Amino acid sequence: MERRAYYKNAVLPWLLLAPQLILVLVFFYWPTSQALYWAFTLEQPWGGGNSWVGLDNFLGIFRDRDYWTTVVRSGFYALVTTGLSMTIALMLASFVDRSLKGTKLFQSIYVWPYAIAAPAAGVAFRFIFAPESGLVGSINHIWPGIWDPATNGMHALLMVIVCHAWLGIGYNFIFFLAALQMIPRSIGEAGAMDGARPFRRLLDLQLPLIAPTAFFLLIMNIISSFTDSFGLIDVMTDGGPFDSTEVMVYKIYFDGFKGLDYSGAAAQSIVLMLLVIGLTFVQFKWVERRVHYH
Amino acid sequence: MIERSPVFDAITYIGMLIGAVLVVVPFWITLVAGSQSLQEVSQVPINLWPSDHLWENLQAAWSRGDLGPKLLNSLIVAVGVTVGKITLASLSAFAIVFFNFRARMICFWLIFITLMLPLEVRIVPTYSIAANALLPFQVILDTLGLTALIEAVSSVRISLEWNLLNSYTGLILPLVATATGTFLYRQFFMTIPDELVEASKMDGSGPLEFFWDVLLPLSRTNMLALATIMFVSSWNQYLWPLLITTDRQNFGTVVMQLKALIPSMNGTPDWNVTMAGALIIMLPPLLIVAFMQRWFVRGLISRDK
Repeated sequence: MERRAYYKNAVLPWLLLAPQLILVLVFFYWPTSQALYWAFTLEQPWGGGNSWVGLDNFLGIFRDRDYWTTVVRSGFYALVTTGLSMTIALMLASFVDRSLKGTKLFQSIYVWPYAIAAPAAGVAFRFIFAPESGLVGSINHIWPGIWDPATNGMHALLMVIVCHAWLGIGYNFIFFLAALQMIPRSIGEAGAMDGARPFRRLLDLQLPLIAPTAFFLLIMNIISSFTDSFGLIDVMTDGGPFDSTEVMVYKIYFDGFKGLDYSGAAAQSIVLMLLVIGLTFVQFKWVERRVHYH
Repeated sequence: MIERSPVFDAITYIGMLIGAVLVVVPFWITLVAGSQSLQEVSQVPINLWPSDHLWENLQAAWSRGDLGPKLLNSLIVAVGVTVGKITLASLSAFAIVFFNFRARMICFWLIFITLMLPLEVRIVPTYSIAANALLPFQVILDTLGLTALIEAVSSVRISLEWNLLNSYTGLILPLVATATGTFLYRQFFMTIPDELVEASKMDGSGPLEFFWDVLLPLSRTNMLALATIMFVSSWNQYLWPLLITTDRQNFGTVVMQLKALIPSMNGTPDWNVTMAGALIIMLPPLLIVAFMQRWFVRGLISRDK
């Protein structure tokens, strides 16, 4: 739709935009280009500025086995977190979508995790999963040493993943429910008349119809697993035991701020940025295609 | 509703109940553990019913985590980000939607692209800017030769410096510099019918009056949604405050204190105090989400569709 009633003014729009543009320049474009600069240069050990090293920083991280372990781990983390969180949220949303009596109460509870800071949930889950405390740790009293996230890397990773998946339930639920409620009732009724059972209808009718939302959520969850994991890991495991919960963002933080290897961290940042941009791009393409259906 | 069979309804209720338990358990555990004594919280298996030590644990956590001043800091940051974002977002979206100027779409994309890269992803370079937020302008002046020119004329050497470390501006500004709000407002402004602009023009009011008298009152729902989203997300920030506040004593936020509340490896495992502290830290955003639910759900969804 073309808008006709525009205001014309040479100065005013720029004044209105100036604060936002300046902030975006200072805190987005400048730092991002700075990262590019660092990624292709190396700081001289004796000072005196950076020297151009081409792709050396990238080759450095790509040759590092630890880096690839971190990448694979991040991928695993992202997929399991996303799968778990979205599945639970979709099931809850499809229950709530039946709008039985008293559903409103459940609906408002399911949104709660959205409000919680990742590190706060991390603290709660760390206690829940602590091997010495009386919740999950209770099984250690029956089978001693069967659960120990403090020394077993897989346990630790699992603990962080479960917590992250829990955190995502609220957000995913909100979107799934909104998408489900936008499906006209008549479609479900027609399906039922044709003899499709509820679970069949969820798979064959509702799921394809909410596919755009599901895809949007998929991307958002994967991005969130890259970005929000820092607070969780820092509070729950410090990346340990033996780096077994170190994901990409945590490694960037660790190499950059603890190891003071800005060039290496910048190169890692660029890789992560490209990954996130790629995902966002895929999502836009999808949304564009979706327009043709309607 | 189709299939009103009692069996299927029962399945639905059971499913919803399991879901509710799943969601509530961490909150419940936090509350239960936060209300028990050290001895009770160390029991294996733990008693899943609250005890009566909540108040003393809250007090212990309050003083151990220095939560009073930290809560105030968090509040300042969250309100600052919320107000800043709403102001900037509404103004820039207004300029992009209602003004006809050549660079309109370029400006939109310049702002919109920032949605792609969350702060955590570009944390290293963003941190570097915090030491001197005016560096970009200095470089621009230097490369244009203006610094040298001014120095030659007035013998004043321009060196712009604005350190953001350990300051509220440093905590707030980078969080304001994203497109979330701008996008939300743009979506809303696009739905305003042209007739409204025409009518306002006919009444003889200029663009700013139109913005203030017509658009802002109309966008109240949007504003509430955005406010909720921004308040929650800025209250829950962790990595950025961690980096930018070396002076934790005065500028630390409350979420950063969580780690300090966790019992140390070889110390007393007083998880009851930790959980009481976590309860205090969780509560403000939880209350806001619970009360503002209707508004912010709408905002979240309209943002991305």
